Amino acid sequence: MLDQQATARTAAPRDAAAAASTATPLLAVEDLHVQFDTSRGVVHAVDGISYTVNRGEVVAIVGESGCGKSVSSLAIMGLLAKPAGKVTKGRVLFEGRDLLKLSADDMRAIRGREIAMIFQEPMTSLNPVLSVGEQIKEPLFIHLKMTEQEAQARALELLQLVGITDGARRLEQFPHQLSGGMRQRVMIAIGLACNPKLIIADEPTTALDVTIQAQILELMKDLSRRLNIALIIITHNLGVVARYADRVNVMYAAHVIENGTADDIFLRPLHPYTIGLMRSVPRLDLPRGIKLETIEGLPPDLRSPPLGCRFAPRCPYRLDACIQADTMLRDIAPGHGTACIRADEIVAGTLVQALPPAKPVATAAAKEAAAEPILKVEGMRKYFTVPLSGSGVFSSKIATVKAVDDVSFTIAPGETLGLVGESGCGKTTVGRTVLKLEEPTDGTITYTGVDITHRNAKQMRELRRGIQVIFQDPYSSLNPRMTVGQIIGEPLRVYKLVKDKKEEEERVAGLLRQVGLFDYMAERYPHQLSGGQRQRVGIARALALEPRFIVCDEPVSALDVSIQGQIINLLEDLQERLNLSYLFIAHDLAVVRHISDRVAVMYLGRIAEVADRDDLYADPKHPYTKALLDAAPIPDPRVERARAPRALKGEIPSPLNPPSGCVFHTRCPIADEHCRREIPQVRQIGPRHIVACHKA
Amino acid sequence: MTAITSSAPTAPTSAARPRGVIRDFINQQPLGALSFVVILSMTIAGIFSEWVSPYDPLHIDFAAILQPPSWEHWAGTDAYGRDIFSRIIYGARTALVISLTSSFLGSTIGAILGIASAYFGGWIDDWIQRFMDILLAFPIIVLALVVVAALKTAVLFGIDINLIVAVAIPIIPRVCRVVRAAALTIRVMPYVDAARAAGYSDSRIIFRHMAPNVVAPYLIMFTAFMAQAILLEASLSFLGLGVTEPTPAWGLMLSGNAADFYREAPWMILFPGLAISLAVFAFNLFGDSLRDYLDPRFKV
Repeated sequence: MLDQQATARTAAPRDAAAAASTATPLLAVEDLHVQFDTSRGVVHAVDGISYTVNRGEVVAIVGESGCGKSVSSLAIMGLLAKPAGKVTKGRVLFEGRDLLKLSADDMRAIRGREIAMIFQEPMTSLNPVLSVGEQIKEPLFIHLKMTEQEAQARALELLQLVGITDGARRLEQFPHQLSGGMRQRVMIAIGLACNPKLIIADEPTTALDVTIQAQILELMKDLSRRLNIALIIITHNLGVVARYADRVNVMYAAHVIENGTADDIFLRPLHPYTIGLMRSVPRLDLPRGIKLETIEGLPPDLRSPPLGCRFAPRCPYRLDACIQADTMLRDIAPGHGTACIRADEIVAGTLVQALPPAKPVATAAAKEAAAEPILKVEGMRKYFTVPLSGSGVFSSKIATVKAVDDVSFTIAPGETLGLVGESGCGKTTVGRTVLKLEEPTDGTITYTGVDITHRNAKQMRELRRGIQVIFQDPYSSLNPRMTVGQIIGEPLRVYKLVKDKKEEEERVAGLLRQVGLFDYMAERYPHQLSGGQRQRVGIARALALEPRFIVCDEPVSALDVSIQGQIINLLEDLQERLNLSYLFIAHDLAVVRHISDRVAVMYLGRIAEVADRDDLYADPKHPYTKALLDAAPIPDPRVERARAPRALKGEIPSPLNPPSGCVFHTRCPIADEHCRREIPQVRQIGPRHIVACHKA
Repeated sequence: MTAITSSAPTAPTSAARPRGVIRDFINQQPLGALSFVVILSMTIAGIFSEWVSPYDPLHIDFAAILQPPSWEHWAGTDAYGRDIFSRIIYGARTALVISLTSSFLGSTIGAILGIASAYFGGWIDDWIQRFMDILLAFPIIVLALVVVAALKTAVLFGIDINLIVAVAIPIIPRVCRVVRAAALTIRVMPYVDAARAAGYSDSRIIFRHMAPNVVAPYLIMFTAFMAQAILLEASLSFLGLGVTEPTPAWGLMLSGNAADFYREAPWMILFPGLAISLAVFAFNLFGDSLRDYLDPRFKV
């Protein structure tokens, strides 16, 4: 361990950290073990991890959910849930002092003062009943004993630092009056308040939209540089890491399995898990392959982890020796360590095959040949009315939210239309209205030539068989009181597609196998399955009625990276075999690019651009599409460093009060007076490319 | 897909292991388990009154009027020389039958109305809820008195139907509100949307998909209102509008000539009063423990 750290220090990353690298590191985690006593056994959540953070350096900890990345940072801060969680072994040296040995009072003096923490959920990590000002000033009073005037001045300075204009007014406001991105800026301001030496950010941008995420990350990196604050970013998103991290630690099943500079990890990965992880995410910067490579299986149960290498059960390159393997990190190159015993073969290039060159895929044009679209939406509008705050019993003020405003598109049989946009753009409402879970305010929806716009539930019943849905959250989309078999079998029974119990069981077993599950799982309850398995059950339920068209509402965004790839491949497989059409709603541009034939981009309830996939990604016409593509992180440090700083400023306006003219003009870099006045009509600019922009 | 078999069931409410559930409950809610023992013994006394009670509760013995507690009469005798302990045991039967049926009736109707109200929303929700508001505007006892006074006496299998209805009606709006709130959160769950997208009928969605998920609040309200119902039945009987003499009932034992003799024979009111308190206490405690036990947020 020790000489590994020594080499990590001498093998300095190029930039800011280089100067500090000869001194002792700011933070050194040594052989940290954390365990949780639960009623179901002892969970070894962190099992002997070590890493260092130098002054002013950005260190990323990457891993999937449950790998111990958050727990290790909570342990550093002494914030483990008591009494279940405890550190059983190891040291956390902060400027030479072991944080684990400090008294509660001493530790309190360090938290917020020396080490600050930023949490994932800006919606819930601010106290809703205290004003923003009070929350920013609180650490100043406690740690720096400032007077009210000093604290006020410092708070204004901090808001300016995190890019919030109009600070005096903002300090008076309460969290619910701010947008998500704004709240995360406030969280960062609180973290910065006492000039800490280290900030730990736990998934700081996961809850934010892609354009806001880019702003926040840019801000954090910039602040870290300017104020020489070390930053630990905990994330599952490889793209985020590529642009902003100096060094990266990859965690898997409570171990650090690889560490190194960002270039090492992304360009010369030395662990099959890292390699697999990078290949299983769809990427914007590479040609689209036919299939994603996936990591099969699930992470191990941390109550009884496997011996030796923990990745071995899922590893395509495992040997018998892996089961006895030492799981310590070994340095292969200076500063680049891996726990894989076959790393030398990986270095030599004899073990892992290079990615085969992507083959061209049949484009949408071919599928369009079929005459009649399966779904045709014309001029669809969906308005919601909401009571305005301040309206009482005697005055009911009502505001209209134009969730979907004049949206038209078609989907051909066997085609996938991707629908992308940031949260609140109305993409989910489009999906729900097409499913007739919401009644459209205006426009027509035609399914296989039949106008279903005004059909009631009874008249819809027969058509329902052909239109199905897969939801985002596999945890809440399955009834917790029903077994998997009942969930999948129910539509068969309701539509009388099976004669008896036996036939139903056979069909359920068949459907389970079709989505890559096992027959015996029919008896399980949803909570006994993993997230990916649940999503497969959701897909099986949708397939039970043999639909022709499926609305997929963010079907992979709640899943871990390595599971995402499995589900995307399954959806593609099924499409090919059953000639399904998908409306694929997502916010992840790379995922949409991978699975879609055509892509529609939405902004504030309106369609901004629709085009064939390759046209849209290669040659986006709408400035919003350009901004989205620009903001999407790419897991390659070379590409990321070469990219221009993000252009798109500001927040998404409220749909309660959308801007006049082009709804995008408030954030558009090329908007002019004309855009502010006139709503751009959707125009055809290529054979299969339409855009709603005056300038395109 | 290799590590699947290792995933053990994680929810302790899993219905597959009843013995584990009981052990869990005793470990986590010892007071609740104790109250359950009280309820259980009360139930046994009610069901097997004929065998458990030492005397016939209706037997009048003028040789033993107003006797204090003794070895012959554990809880003494009343103004007619009837054994109070036996009357308490038989009273448990009356109390249980009336509170069980009325609490079940009230909670179930309330729950169905609550789920329907949440599921349909709009004007149906408005009408149901405004009607519930009207019922809630009356104090429980007043509402029950009105119902008893308005209904004709009807006896079925020796049970006063109008008394059961009178006790059940005030329960309906209270359960309805709680269940509606729970159902509203389930209404927006994706699995309900999934059921709607599959074209299932409304009644199927309500009974198959929503009702099982509000069972926890329903059970809790049901046990809590058992206590209320016992109290209400006793109050009505005490006021002379409930169970009539000579049927043994706890509330009834507190009224009538008990009021004339309580100075000379305090045991006449002490023991029935204790029985009422203990039963109400036990049901309330059990309801509370059940709530804590079923609420996953109380779990470590």
